[in-house]
Amino acid sequence: MIRLNVNGHDHDVDAEPDTPLLYVLRDDLALNGAKFGCGLGQCGACTVMVDGRAVFSCLTPIALLPGRNVRTIEGLGMNAVQQAFVEEQAAQCGYCIAGMVMRAQALLEHNPNPSEQEIRDQMAVNLCRCGTHMRILAAVRRAAGRGVKS
Amino acid sequence: MALSKARIIAAAVALLVVGAGALLWHPAIAPVDTHAVFSHEQVARGAELAAIGDCSVCHTATNGQPFAGGRGVPTPFGTVYATNITPDPETGIGRWSEAAFKRAMRDGIDRAGHHLYPVLPYPHFTRATDADIAAMYAFLMTRPAAHATAPLNQLPFPLNQRFVLAGWNLLYLSPGPWHPDPAHDAAWNRGNYLVEAIGHCGACHTPHNALGAESSGQTLAGGQAENWYAPPLQSASPAVRPWTQATLADYLRTGFEAHHGAAAGPMTAVTDELAGVPDSDIQAIATYIASMMPKTAPEPVMARAGGDPHAAAIFAGACAGCHGSDAPMTRAGAPSLALSTVVNAPTPQGAIQMILNGIPWREGKSAPYMPSFGAVLTDAQVADLASYLRATYSEKPAWTDVPAEVAKARGSS
Amino acid sequence: MTAVLSRRTLLAAGGGLVVAFSLHAQEPKRPGSLKETPSLDAWIRVAPDGRVTVFTGKAELGQGLTTALLQIAAEQLDVAPNRIELITADTMRTPNEGFTAGSHSMQDSGTAILNAAAQVRGLLCDAAAAEFGVAADTLTTADGLVHAADGRAIGYGELAAKLNLHVDATANSPLKDPAAYRLMGTPMQRIDIPAKLTGGASYVQDLRLPGMLHARVVRQPSYGATLLDFDTGPIEHMPGVVKVVRDGSYLAVVATKEWQAIKAMRALAAAAKWQETASLPDEATILDTLQALPVKDIPVLTWQAQAGAPVKRLKARYSRPYLMHGAIGPSCSVAQFVDGTMTVWTHTQGVFPLRAALASLLRLPPDKVHCIHTQGSGCYGHNGADDVAGDAVLIARAVPGHPIRVQWMREDEHTNEPYGSAMIAEVEGAIDADGRIVDWDYAVWSNTHNRRPNIGGLMLQNAALSDKLPVPPPAPIPMPEGGGDRNSNPIYALPNARVVYHFIPQMPVRISALRSLGAYLNVFAIESFMDELAEAARADPVEFRLRHLQDERAKAVISLAAEKFGWSAGKRGDGRGFAFARYKNLAAYCAIALTLGVDHETGQIRLGRVVAAVDSGQPVNPDGIRLQIEGAIIQSASWTLYEQVHFDRKRITSFDWSRYPILRFPAAPDSIDVYIVPRPGLPFLGTGEAGQGPTSAAIANALKDAAGVRLRQIPLSAPAVKTAIGV
Repeated sequence: MIRLNVNGHDHDVDAEPDTPLLYVLRDDLALNGAKFGCGLGQCGACTVMVDGRAVFSCLTPIALLPGRNVRTIEGLGMNAVQQAFVEEQAAQCGYCIAGMVMRAQALLEHNPNPSEQEIRDQMAVNLCRCGTHMRILAAVRRAAGRGVKS
Repeated sequence: MALSKARIIAAAVALLVVGAGALLWHPAIAPVDTHAVFSHEQVARGAELAAIGDCSVCHTATNGQPFAGGRGVPTPFGTVYATNITPDPETGIGRWSEAAFKRAMRDGIDRAGHHLYPVLPYPHFTRATDADIAAMYAFLMTRPAAHATAPLNQLPFPLNQRFVLAGWNLLYLSPGPWHPDPAHDAAWNRGNYLVEAIGHCGACHTPHNALGAESSGQTLAGGQAENWYAPPLQSASPAVRPWTQATLADYLRTGFEAHHGAAAGPMTAVTDELAGVPDSDIQAIATYIASMMPKTAPEPVMARAGGDPHAAAIFAGACAGCHGSDAPMTRAGAPSLALSTVVNAPTPQGAIQMILNGIPWREGKSAPYMPSFGAVLTDAQVADLASYLRATYSEKPAWTDVPAEVAKARGSS
Repeated sequence: MTAVLSRRTLLAAGGGLVVAFSLHAQEPKRPGSLKETPSLDAWIRVAPDGRVTVFTGKAELGQGLTTALLQIAAEQLDVAPNRIELITADTMRTPNEGFTAGSHSMQDSGTAILNAAAQVRGLLCDAAAAEFGVAADTLTTADGLVHAADGRAIGYGELAAKLNLHVDATANSPLKDPAAYRLMGTPMQRIDIPAKLTGGASYVQDLRLPGMLHARVVRQPSYGATLLDFDTGPIEHMPGVVKVVRDGSYLAVVATKEWQAIKAMRALAAAAKWQETASLPDEATILDTLQALPVKDIPVLTWQAQAGAPVKRLKARYSRPYLMHGAIGPSCSVAQFVDGTMTVWTHTQGVFPLRAALASLLRLPPDKVHCIHTQGSGCYGHNGADDVAGDAVLIARAVPGHPIRVQWMREDEHTNEPYGSAMIAEVEGAIDADGRIVDWDYAVWSNTHNRRPNIGGLMLQNAALSDKLPVPPPAPIPMPEGGGDRNSNPIYALPNARVVYHFIPQMPVRISALRSLGAYLNVFAIESFMDELAEAARADPVEFRLRHLQDERAKAVISLAAEKFGWSAGKRGDGRGFAFARYKNLAAYCAIALTLGVDHETGQIRLGRVVAAVDSGQPVNPDGIRLQIEGAIIQSASWTLYEQVHFDRKRITSFDWSRYPILRFPAAPDSIDVYIVPRPGLPFLGTGEAGQGPTSAAIANALKDAAGVRLRQIPLSAPAVKTAIGV
């Protein structure tokens, strides 16, 4: 058993310590937001926050996580970032979008007023294949304008 | 990385003493308003030399126009900003004559007569031939001009006083042309020239002394680049599979070699530049460096089971997807970590930097990539993982200074 | 008498060259998919409590289809969209509308629902008229109620309870006046986005059924690889492992938890030994290799007319490499085998054809296979979606009772999905002294663009299983839609033209349908060549296009894009390019103007401002149209600038995103603005693939303007551009 704190709640998880957080979130905690995209840290579909920083949950074995705080898109409710994504209609298939929101959330918590270049560089980690890039960038700018609470 | 204050003061005092004695005045070289028309061949040759010399690597800021300067180069003494070497007349070198350019390359003195910091590797360029310097000049003078001024260097007093460099030059700059070694063939000599006079490999791969100069007698014996481990390129190479001329050429041209792995850290920019260099020059560089490398090495170990179970779990969940024996990247030809130079190196610095920073994307380029783990791993976890890699994939003794090296790397990244 | 090609029949035939003609001498045709599924209650049902259910045989692929269909139904029914339930592709519930592909959904399903909804509303009004004893044309509808002029009102549910909707639709429908539309033509927020932003269960990947087990497959490392015997015993005893499934060279593992399945799969992959052959051609010379293969020549068109004397003649060769769909989410499916019936949750583009393919793979009658479309990651054509369903059913049959969830690993998707075919186009053209094109010779070489499975022989697993089904030969998709020859017929009015499609049956690399099929290269070639001819004629490229066009809608789209961009015929060299196409010359019109910059030292292209104009007929969800075009521009920019499937003589070597890089955020354009030419009341024109072709040529044309070099081989990679521009 490993104790994980996810979205402010402790969970005792019966999983092997090498299990990447992604599978624990999806299979043990029934959270859908983080997605399997590559398992290689190349696409960001699995992005969640650990102690306030955006990480690839597919490459984060739960052995790393006791005593640390995991945050997923389910823990945001419908906050300013998500609301901005709705207003910009910043999704096509949407498979990448939870990861995009989490990456943006982490960015804006650390840098409330990023420049366009900073947004693009930070978001570069996450891939979108539908070509929703302009909407996603607009959503991050929109959320930045409103201030994002951590 | 910050050097101890005492060390900086000692260095500065030494330079002041020597510099005072060597304080020579250098005249400005008259500005020019027009330039010769350069031949296409000369510009093209200049482009190749500039690539081997990595001019754009330092002289281009992130997302900046090539050669427009502004990139901060971290040194043990502070940050030095590369200048604009486009032909902009006001902020670049547009009014530099070829003679002024040559003086900068040979003596480290700019057109106005000011000393340049040896972050510009003029102790190497001083060996370059007149024709090669002229070709690089022709190449730079035909680039699009950019109006850009580099930020001020961040150096402590008195290192921010350029005259101290006069003393440094007296100690460490030995002007004079490069001489071929008749004991070796033309390819070897060509490689030796390109490595010493243009490529300045020693700027990273040779250890530096307290005053930031390459230590004499230790050419290419291994050094540091922006706090990354730069392995020895001679008999002390820790490579598990000996480098050969062919594998070196392959690595230099593509940034990847199936028995050694991928270029990482500051080296990726070097191999990216070399991708466009004529094959004969790559082969020559490889010939020269391979001649200094060990010819044999012990067989690599197979990954050993066991070890720290906590670190083993980290490896299984975070690393095995690419570095496992059955991982797609491994099946596609990436070497086992048992062949990794950084895992077999005398210090954990390279392994730590790889774990923390990975290998970034190069836009649109099919090339090795590794995610950075700096955001998710604590310092202790990085240290545990590095030690685990050493124990599992190397016969060499355990590193002793791992947590301190992690802290140092964190401070620099 | 007119002969109309039925795409439905064609697509249902899958690989077979089956061309069906529906001959209608007198009776007018029913619109859209009502032709194949005429019964109104196949599309719309009204429950006694007034709840409305709408059925479509098409699927949500991320293109916003469900929202647009709801807008149509709500508009014509006068029911609020949030009171309508939409059921998408399901072999037991919805009409068979073939594949959700080819930008056909609005034309087929949207048109069917538009008309069915109008007719249902008409029948409800007729029933209300009888109930109230008034004339139907005195009644109005609003919000699920029929209102009489005297104030009486009656709900749809009450009326529907007495009404038989199991009647065939008529050819003509009492459609609303487009001027009165309140929902169609007005942007509506996508209904599926909120759940996707809050962790709702939106995808087949999110299915979590009682007793569900996880499976992974150890794929053949190369085409035709043979699995040699080895001991699977140690893996069968790994934690959580339920079963190792092996049949010939097919190898899979089932475990209780997903990570256990992955670890067992890795262990199996490490233990497995394969016999492989060097079956692939040399990547460096693939275009020449393809062009030298035997072809079947298909004449596309021959035009002959009087024209001026040619004064300049140009010739060029254009090409594209194999391209990947590259879904962000690897393909996934869940299957469950209970009492001889296989239920499959799948993100296929065609539940009915897939049902036939799976039934054939399993040797089951089709009615024992039930395919339910469940959203997946965007697919952009025929990717791994169908094949992973093949995995799910094979494994589910081996572990009866349990739902089996299979998701491909990244490398499975990258190296096994069927790619978009590499293609070559050669074009020769001549202009006269007045700068008019007087001659046009065009030839295109391509594999088929359709290997979508409708029989087991086309499933990926067939190559691995010990008992193989026959594999049908590839077939071209006939014009007017076309496959490799899609959009090879120029839209321009040319006096003399010859177009031929050299169809290459032999397929060295596994290929199938990738978004826009051959149109991507054909539009790249035609629209690049139009600029080359314009330059030869010393004409502005926009004006040059207009002078060769007669289609007024084409002209309007071009003019709008040029106007919004601020295109001027004067000074050039500022890195701007223009291109235009009407997708298939049947669907949406799209013109694109853009700017770009070129890094002289590296050859890297940086996209600046992009302006697009589009005519999709009657717009339903304008924001959806804009988003489709934005997506097409960025996806096509990624194809055009970077993409190329790499392989050695044995294996596909583009096994992940590091070896098949696609566009990331820093390379996105500075801006994209999409303008719509509204055409109220005109038929819907499919839009999902309208932008890919024009984007590629606009980039090549802008590159020529910016750097003076004409690149004709996709990708326009940084090294290729640098080589062309020199030092």
